[in-house]
Amino acid sequence: MSKMNAILQGTLNWVDERFPLTSLWKEHLAEYYAPKNFNFWYFFGSLALLVLVLQIVTGIVLTMHFKPDASLNASGVPVAFASVEYIMRDVPWGWLVRYMHSTGASAFFFVVYMHMFRGMLYGSYRKPRELIWIFGMIIFLALMAEAFFGYLLPWGQMSFWGAQVIVNLFSAIPFIGPDLSLWLRGDYVVGDATLNRFFAFHVIAVPMVLLGLVAAHIIALHEVGSNNPDGVEIKKKKDANGIPLDGIPFHPYYTVKDIVGVIVFLMVFSVILFFMPEFGGYFLEYNNFFPADPLVTPLHIAPVWYFTPYYSILRAVTYPLFGIDAKFWGVVAMGASTLIIALLPWLDRSPVKSIRYRGPLYKGFLTAFIASFLILGYLGMLGPTPVRTIVAQICSVIYFAFFLLMPIYSSLDKCQPEPDRVTSK
Amino acid sequence: MSCDDKVDCGRRRLLVATAAVGGVAGVAVAVPFVASMLPSERAKAAGAPVEVDISKLAPGEMMTVEWRGKPVWVINRTKEQLESLPKIDSQLADPKSEKNMQPDYAKNETRSIKPNILVAVGICTHLGCSPSEKFKTGAESGISADWPGGFFCPCHGSTFDLAGRVYKGKPAPDNLEIPPHMYLGDAKLVIGEDKKA
Repeated sequence: MSKMNAILQGTLNWVDERFPLTSLWKEHLAEYYAPKNFNFWYFFGSLALLVLVLQIVTGIVLTMHFKPDASLNASGVPVAFASVEYIMRDVPWGWLVRYMHSTGASAFFFVVYMHMFRGMLYGSYRKPRELIWIFGMIIFLALMAEAFFGYLLPWGQMSFWGAQVIVNLFSAIPFIGPDLSLWLRGDYVVGDATLNRFFAFHVIAVPMVLLGLVAAHIIALHEVGSNNPDGVEIKKKKDANGIPLDGIPFHPYYTVKDIVGVIVFLMVFSVILFFMPEFGGYFLEYNNFFPADPLVTPLHIAPVWYFTPYYSILRAVTYPLFGIDAKFWGVVAMGASTLIIALLPWLDRSPVKSIRYRGPLYKGFLTAFIASFLILGYLGMLGPTPVRTIVAQICSVIYFAFFLLMPIYSSLDKCQPEPDRVTSK
Repeated sequence: MSCDDKVDCGRRRLLVATAAVGGVAGVAVAVPFVASMLPSERAKAAGAPVEVDISKLAPGEMMTVEWRGKPVWVINRTKEQLESLPKIDSQLADPKSEKNMQPDYAKNETRSIKPNILVAVGICTHLGCSPSEKFKTGAESGISADWPGGFFCPCHGSTFDLAGRVYKGKPAPDNLEIPPHMYLGDAKLVIGEDKKA
């Protein structure tokens, strides 16, 4: 046995002299000290990583059978649409891999939204974690692009008309807009050229960017250390060896704890995957089981649930401004509604980080923000009516007010004093 | 640029000049990559005109033709429908078709060559959905009690009248596009080409 150990140790030494394996292991896992008071909100970071791996693995299998081709086959069905049906019916276990991928997309957004909300609850974006937040926001934008490009691939009715609408958003930009959307489509209408390039973006370009950003996100996190539900810095109180008093090594403590989160997540994920993969039309929309028809827009068209809040904001803008169409301002409002989240580190002037010690003003604004986000999301799934438009306009104002008024109300708020060290509740 | 004793200014200038020239080359290399995403020669050539026989299109009926991958509507409007057009001018964003959304020969009250036949690209000027026909008038249409017939875009709720003119206060900024078209004889319509060409 000891001979075996000696061989293993020798191999490790050989590697360590050529690649910093042991020091990477220590720096990021065995000697990365995370606060000891993480609660369930802290599962979502590692879950996002899990879903990323799931999407990459299932995606690789799907590319082996999928054909990004909009031309019609001998039966008059677009080849891309038919290849997805082929995966569902004829490829061994293809249905499972495809449903894992489509359910995984919704799971990814759920997990990422929870992860972002955790950051808002505990002020994880505050100094010195601004760059982690920025990297995270770029990941979020890349993820939205990835989902959008992927949604075109099955070449169903919702794929086609969704892409038509989103690409046309760019045409609202004054002067360069129409040429820009022509360049994005590669044709005068969404067609084969568009499908092929979206496939390239979906399987190569965006995933590579995502992986790089995830690495940057984690490297930045490990440089400054994790925040925690109390929002106090554990690095301020260290023992004689320079280890934070309230820190525990990520491995084995949080690797093991995260396995619990993974198991619970996989249980829920499996129930959806096996019993309701379309999730009542919210994860896979019914109209997408019809092949794309460039001549007929479905009577009811809505984006997938994770885009609906921003879609509602887009629709809510109906007034022209400064002599430019309402369409342009709708696009600006939609873009701003996602980008403004990135400014949180500089908008928040509160003396405390965590919701636990914040005053009633912030809690009130946060509640109104969450309510408006959910209502906007709900309205985005429904068709437009005059009353719904007004509700969406009110909610859009609340959404932006949460951010734009934050420098004022967060500094006026009556906060409680932060504890010296983390607490265990 | 400040130079002190430790910096060889000649070499520093050469370095900057080299980097600048290299940068220009880098930008130039991006051109073919960016340009490769423009419509290909094949896509550009695909826009051939379409011939349509409208002899069987009865008043009040509509047909949809594909031209350049887009739906083009041909509608034979009834007398009542034509009479309703001027009455709603005050509710429209551009009743006189002043924006350049049609060839000059369609810049009139009915936005057409023949008063009854409307030829329009069935793509909403907001974000490119294809509006659905709502020819039934009044409350039966599900739009409003005084609805005179027209089109409703399911995506963002824009409404258009029977000449493809957009209503005020809707997300769509412009009237529907009228494509270049002409008649060869009484019942033969050509979409995508007019006599100018």
